[in-house]
Amino acid sequence: MQSNVNALKNKIKQNLAFSVLIAALCITLLFLGFMIFFIAKNGIGVISWEFLTQPPRDGMMYGGIAPAIVGSFLLVMGAIVFALPLGVATAIYLQEYSPSNTALRIINLGINNLAGVPSIVFGLFGLAVFVRLFGFGVSVLSGSLTLGILILPAIIAASQEAIMAVPLSFREASLALGATQSQTITRVVVPSAAPGILTGIILAIGRAGGETAPILFTAATFYKRGFPTGPMSEVMALPYHIYALMAEGVNPERQTLIAYGCALVLLALVIIIALSAIIVRNKHRSSYGH
Amino acid sequence: MATSTNQSEIKVKVENLNFYYGAVQALKNINIDVYANKVTALIGPSGCGKSTLIRTFNRMCDLVPTKKVDGQILLDGENILEKHTDIVSLRRRVGMVFQKPNPFPKTIFQNIAYGLEIQGIKDKSLLRHKVETSLQKAALWDEVKDRLNQSALGLSGGQQQRLCIARALAIEAEVVLFDEPCASLDPISTAKIEELILELKKNYTIIIVTHNMQQASRVSDYTAFMYLGDLIEFGVTKQIFTLPKHPKTEAYLSGRFG
Amino acid sequence: MNSFKERAFKYVFCVLAYCSLLFLLGIVLTLVFNSLQAILNINQLQFFFSDDWAPYFYPPIFGTLQLVISSFMVGAMACLIAVPIAVCTALFLFELASPRARAFLKPFIEILAGLPSIIFGFFAMVVIAPWLQRTFDLPSGLGAFTAAFTLAFLAIPQIVSITEDALSFVPKSFKEASFALGANRWQTLSKVIIPAAGSGISTAIILGASRVIGETMVVVMVAGGATALPESIFSPVRPMTATIASEMGEAAHGSLHFSALFEIGLMLFVITLILNLLATRISKKFRLKLGHGR
Repeated sequence: MQSNVNALKNKIKQNLAFSVLIAALCITLLFLGFMIFFIAKNGIGVISWEFLTQPPRDGMMYGGIAPAIVGSFLLVMGAIVFALPLGVATAIYLQEYSPSNTALRIINLGINNLAGVPSIVFGLFGLAVFVRLFGFGVSVLSGSLTLGILILPAIIAASQEAIMAVPLSFREASLALGATQSQTITRVVVPSAAPGILTGIILAIGRAGGETAPILFTAATFYKRGFPTGPMSEVMALPYHIYALMAEGVNPERQTLIAYGCALVLLALVIIIALSAIIVRNKHRSSYGH
Repeated sequence: MATSTNQSEIKVKVENLNFYYGAVQALKNINIDVYANKVTALIGPSGCGKSTLIRTFNRMCDLVPTKKVDGQILLDGENILEKHTDIVSLRRRVGMVFQKPNPFPKTIFQNIAYGLEIQGIKDKSLLRHKVETSLQKAALWDEVKDRLNQSALGLSGGQQQRLCIARALAIEAEVVLFDEPCASLDPISTAKIEELILELKKNYTIIIVTHNMQQASRVSDYTAFMYLGDLIEFGVTKQIFTLPKHPKTEAYLSGRFG
Repeated sequence: MNSFKERAFKYVFCVLAYCSLLFLLGIVLTLVFNSLQAILNINQLQFFFSDDWAPYFYPPIFGTLQLVISSFMVGAMACLIAVPIAVCTALFLFELASPRARAFLKPFIEILAGLPSIIFGFFAMVVIAPWLQRTFDLPSGLGAFTAAFTLAFLAIPQIVSITEDALSFVPKSFKEASFALGANRWQTLSKVIIPAAGSGISTAIILGASRVIGETMVVVMVAGGATALPESIFSPVRPMTATIASEMGEAAHGSLHFSALFEIGLMLFVITLILNLLATRISKKFRLKLGHGR
């Protein structure tokens, strides 16, 4: 009898605990789901063809956000162009050339800690080094380089993981056929790891496109007449534009409305980018035949 | 069959070979003569060093960072364990087929052409010709000639292994190493590979590591029996299997350990 | 010839790998170098222990105590809200979710973890702040609690992901052994799995805390911006990150104010570095303990 009572007690305890877990999940999903829904509901009315393709008019209160979209695109592309070769090369060196344990530890420690540096500190670094020391000024170039360093650890980590997943037997087969190590790396290892690296790049694009703090003092400007003209020009950028609309200006109500539209565009882009990364990864998962 | 041994020339000569993984000695003073156009089988229980030995013939053992080797392996009279040995051209002369089929995740054509392309051969018609003849030599041509541009990963395990053989033949290897080539295959595929090995020895020198003693007796002309890093006995296969000289060989062949 | 090419190839990769490392060093050097003026010219006792920050006074006063306190206060409150919810959500995903629900929820949480912080800041400004103001009858919705509440939900998906990883790191045999002894699912979870994954979960929490303290945009937008010591959890505050973000635009390059902001950045860097090193250490021990270490 005693054991029956005990079992019942345990069962009740379990049900209670599990209800708490379910409640936690609901809070998480409800809050974040509501946030997305709320921005979508209020932003959708603002979005039109004009909004997406025209520059702002009448002191930011009308017109579109096209320069901000173009600016974000340029910043992100610049960051990838800078970080991708560096990140993949670092991953190849760490995985394929098996440096000494000390070197491996030092580099990995450095990369891990770089990943944890707050984004505003990257902004300070970009300001001191690219804007002032190198004299690039507040520009697409300075912003891209700053964002590039910010996403570098993520690209290294994704590339390392993808290269690690390439079976040793591929390398052996290539070497046994008389390929040199560099041929093995460029013709077998990197192509096989490409989908994994691609997933990392896509996630990095989403990350770089959403960051505000690193471009605050290195690239972004609230308002710029027309589109950026070159790597040395200041740019409008989507995330910064949302902040500026909420923090500056003279017509908060009208500006908040535009900020809704801007937030929805950014949100949609980030979600689409993340989804495509997940799709690439899932496709790739089933493709090794071992 | 394994007769007329005297006329054969020696293709590979192993002399006083010692091999260490860190502090562990994996091969102890090995001496073997591998004859041209013959099949030499390396047999023995797990951990006896036969896989280590076969991987020294094309220096695949270099991938182990802590290894140490001394002694000599003479390929056509030239020591391949020298520091300055050109490993890349050595591996083109000494092909290898691995335990598990390991095609690249590329098309069938690209798999065979890979070894040629890395040598800088770009001539399309030459590549096509070589791919075809290699696949024919590996007895795979008829099965894949209509799908050369499909992924090699779509082939069955046995077909994949023959593809890997064709890949080694395409670079015109003189010696082909087989490291337990049938370990992961079904009996029918195994029979096909064995048949292929017997056919290939007309033009190539073959060294095969196998766990399967029947296989060794079926395909090989010479057999080396190894145990815990020592070469216990080496000789003509027929003699080893019928009249082993060493008691350990006899014990292994009669299934008392392994 | 060939080996020359191979060596060149290797050295190029080696140099690029060390380049990546150089950036961390570069960040440290840049912060230190640009802080020098402040370190040399501002009384460092005052810098760390005064709670008066008045860069535009003459002479200016640079005391950062209240900024640091604000950062930790907001960070601690955010963690208090986020950790229980995040850990329970991770436990749900690990133990209760059906394979199909997991296949949907895991990528969904991953996407949420990647949402830009500016979205959270914006949502906090238009929804959370007015709501908290009404609910608690506050003079202003912008304050420490609003920022903490928002940051909590920003951090939850990330803590969930890392916690879930730590849980699935626990060998299946532990679970089987517990079931075989007649324990039910909750007993197994609470008495076997959670203790085994404990240090992994604490890694997740430390990384979450580091992320929250280093986060900028949310606190710039909704923390209130007052540079005084907070009086209650609803007081408007200005954490370190917000101070840098909102004053750097106005500080003259090369001025003492500019340098003082870099010194705050240096402090922030050191704080997050310590948290990250701690997390790495614990996670390494965790892996070793469960026998996955290399």
